[in-house]
Amino acid sequence: MSVAAAEEHGQHHDPHLQHQFQDMDQQNESYVVGMWTFLVTEIMFFGALFLAYTIYRRDYPDVFLEAHHHLVVWMGGVNTVVLLTSSLTMAMAVYYAQMKNRQRQMLFLAITIMFSFCFLIIKGFEWKNKFEEHHVPGPYFEYKIEEPKGAEARRAPAKIESAALTQMSKGGKVVFPKDAVVPEYASRAQLFFSLYFAMTGLHAFHVIIGILVMGTLFFMLMFKHPATDYYMPVEMAGLYWHFVDIVWIFLFPLFYLIPGS
Amino acid sequence: MSATSLPPSAIPLRAGDEKPNYLNWSYAVKDWLLTIDHKRIAVLYLISISFMFLLGGIAAMMIRIELTSPHGQLLTSEVYNKMFTMHGVLMVFFFLVPSIPATLGNFLIPLMIGAKDLAFPRLNLLSWYLYTIGGLMALTAMVMGGVDTGWTFYTPYSSVYSNGNVSLTLVGIFIAGFSSIATGINFIVTIHKMRAPGMTWFRLPLFIWAHYATSVIIVLGTPVVAITLALVVVERLLHLGIFNPALGGDPILFQHMFWFYSHPAVYIMILPSMGIISEIIACFSRKRIFGYSFVAFSSIAIGVFGFLVWGHHMFVTGQSMYTSMVFSALSFIVAVPSAIKVFNWTATMYKGQVWLTAPMLYALGFIGLFTVGGLTGLYLASLAMDVHLNMTYFVVAHFHFVMVGGATLGYLGGLHFWWPKITGRMYPEGWAKLAAGISFIGFNLTFLPQFIVGYLGMPRRYHYYPAEYQVWHILSSAGASVLAVGYGIPLIYFIWSLKYGEKAGPNPWGAIGLEWQTSSPPPMENFHEIPVVTWEAYAYDDETEHGAQEDRKDMPGTSSAVRQEAGRDNEEGNSEAHAA
Amino acid sequence: MEHELTHSDAAHPTHHITQPKVYYIVYCWLILLMALTIGASYVNMGGGLNNLVAMTIAVIKAVLVVLFFMQVKSGTRLTWMWAAIGFIWLIFLFGTLGDYVTRNWISVTGW
Repeated sequence: MSVAAAEEHGQHHDPHLQHQFQDMDQQNESYVVGMWTFLVTEIMFFGALFLAYTIYRRDYPDVFLEAHHHLVVWMGGVNTVVLLTSSLTMAMAVYYAQMKNRQRQMLFLAITIMFSFCFLIIKGFEWKNKFEEHHVPGPYFEYKIEEPKGAEARRAPAKIESAALTQMSKGGKVVFPKDAVVPEYASRAQLFFSLYFAMTGLHAFHVIIGILVMGTLFFMLMFKHPATDYYMPVEMAGLYWHFVDIVWIFLFPLFYLIPGS
Repeated sequence: MSATSLPPSAIPLRAGDEKPNYLNWSYAVKDWLLTIDHKRIAVLYLISISFMFLLGGIAAMMIRIELTSPHGQLLTSEVYNKMFTMHGVLMVFFFLVPSIPATLGNFLIPLMIGAKDLAFPRLNLLSWYLYTIGGLMALTAMVMGGVDTGWTFYTPYSSVYSNGNVSLTLVGIFIAGFSSIATGINFIVTIHKMRAPGMTWFRLPLFIWAHYATSVIIVLGTPVVAITLALVVVERLLHLGIFNPALGGDPILFQHMFWFYSHPAVYIMILPSMGIISEIIACFSRKRIFGYSFVAFSSIAIGVFGFLVWGHHMFVTGQSMYTSMVFSALSFIVAVPSAIKVFNWTATMYKGQVWLTAPMLYALGFIGLFTVGGLTGLYLASLAMDVHLNMTYFVVAHFHFVMVGGATLGYLGGLHFWWPKITGRMYPEGWAKLAAGISFIGFNLTFLPQFIVGYLGMPRRYHYYPAEYQVWHILSSAGASVLAVGYGIPLIYFIWSLKYGEKAGPNPWGAIGLEWQTSSPPPMENFHEIPVVTWEAYAYDDETEHGAQEDRKDMPGTSSAVRQEAGRDNEEGNSEAHAA
Repeated sequence: MEHELTHSDAAHPTHHITQPKVYYIVYCWLILLMALTIGASYVNMGGGLNNLVAMTIAVIKAVLVVLFFMQVKSGTRLTWMWAAIGFIWLIFLFGTLGDYVTRNWISVTGW
């Protein structure tokens, strides 16, 4: 390619070609690689939380097993289906963007947005339960062990006083069952719920961002904004949305499906 | 030209009848604050970063004044803690990390690879705004009472006990972190996708390789520290106690996650500087850089190995002994690629025509000081030695040798080297040499005594100390004032040169890199036509006999024009020949 | 010519369009695997094996999403590299586990 050829390129270019690029191929791949680089930062972002989860679950397997019974599996399961389906509809939206079918593109975007709201609503009910059960870490945290399970519970040398003091110093309250076993459970269960809220909270935050992005695209399509003739914005939103899906693919078994021993 | 955001190329010339360039096409504030031109954003960054450097420097001076007396007469203990935290936070997160990439990197990467702009110009502007917002939040926190945790924010002190404005500071750092992520993503995509025709990977200047490695570290490391600091904020505000020992959480996990970024962050600071040094040494030795591919790959190696050594910050804080052994060994390994660079720079100068300009003086200073900083790092990487030296002034001296003697000298050297390109004006050479000399002397006077006082047992972060250490502290404080003069002089003559400096011409150094082939200051689109690259960035050897130093007085780079002509003629043949 | 004088690292920059059929098939697999992971969690295989199964299924699902929904399968080498690098670096980050595993090992006197 010579200089002359490079200039020739400039004469019949796509209206979506930005000034810093030479041709659409270069621009498209730049977007894809840029988006992936961004997703790499997201992977590391969530990765640190997954690391914390792994370490604490390794340290307190029984507590995690016990505490996870307070999460509702069917709600998590339904949410998994909802998110997986929304990923499919997002992929279809991208497909119709590539095919330049505006109507279908809007339809599938709308379905995806609907599913995302669906996810958030179910999540909201789950969180509401947690608030009502006082499972939110902090001064109002309460933890009831219905039936002591697992090795640590049986060992149970009931250091009630010291542990209760720890709890009070944190401002939290522990409700002991009749035989009052291992109040450390309560503080460690707080750790479990801290992780639960941190990770699902961050994930839900990403879902909200996703809704905003897809909503913006939807309205741009509706008002026939010239940028929407170009499929790349939808494709980028799709990549982001699939990433959000992947995070949930890991969160679901880790929080809702802890196997008993 | 398709984009409406760029100005039309036919702009009525102003009175000075200079050619239109990125500086003079518009003087409106709006055209600066909403610019998407990487060169203007670099200048915006230069201004904000210099401001942060000034504030961080003031905090440093307060610390040094306080330490002249063993009884601490100027500041209370609380204020002293806030002072060194402010110094650390501003210098690390708001000066050193963005310093070179966001200013010189931003300005030069598209010029060096022959692109019109970075791949994502708007993201670039967003990055500056995020930096500014983050910086303002951190400054607000400091003005409203300060933070006393130290720049490392170790839990549980930062998360449970500290009463300072920890949350606001952390949110500020979090936002600034996203600014550097934006820069990193931009550089990676730009270097992959925007290279001019013929600009193969092995024709790239080493500055680009260094920035590529830096960007990879930024992209992979920053999110980890961002979420870690966010968890501290969440713990303070919402009681989600992930690092809280009262809940069975592990504060050492915070340290792991913090240093997983913050150790590689040292390489974010030093790698771009190494890139600058490679450019300066090759240019002013008039020689092809010795062992190009070794220097290039050592940048990548530093980027990768830099991620495997974070545990050496935790030898005495409760990390498992066996892990410490592994981290110690890996820390020794990471010294190898750094040493390769030092040897190759030295070998480049061997039998070269060394031209002792101010940037070259900075570069020579860098090599010496960085070597001292790196070698003392090996002391600290040895487990037994570290038990004695950890948390003393020896550590303080070590990392200041790397970050101030290394990164900051490199930054200043680079600013001098490319100042004619950025502004179109020469700085006063005599003053610059003087400033370089003063900085070097002041630096050594400041930090060499700290090695000794640290070795004798002076702990860091204390302002009361036994009287026998006073003499070392006085020496160090005296050095700090010399250093301040060394930094002050360039500030004055750089501003002076904007108006009174000699006109530079496109290529005052007779350098070969692509950025010198366009006019100074560069036009809005960087190059009037997309260059076709047929030569390496360091093909100085062909020129040595012709005495390229005389280029300095040529106005519109004759030799470069000739070279481009020649390049176009036998483009086919050359590109075959140079293909790596 | 050894080096193409173009801007791209990639040899074939034409954009690939995945057909909807592929999406539907992948979706079915994802739902199937999800059912499998729920089912497996109720079968006691011993704690370690259960975790291994759950995580393996999750990884398979993630790979399916990355390859097909995110179109990395038809992406350029550069896309492959950046899609992989995050997951590789996660391994480095999880090196932290080494500390926790070895903390209770026999300690040396005087450490």
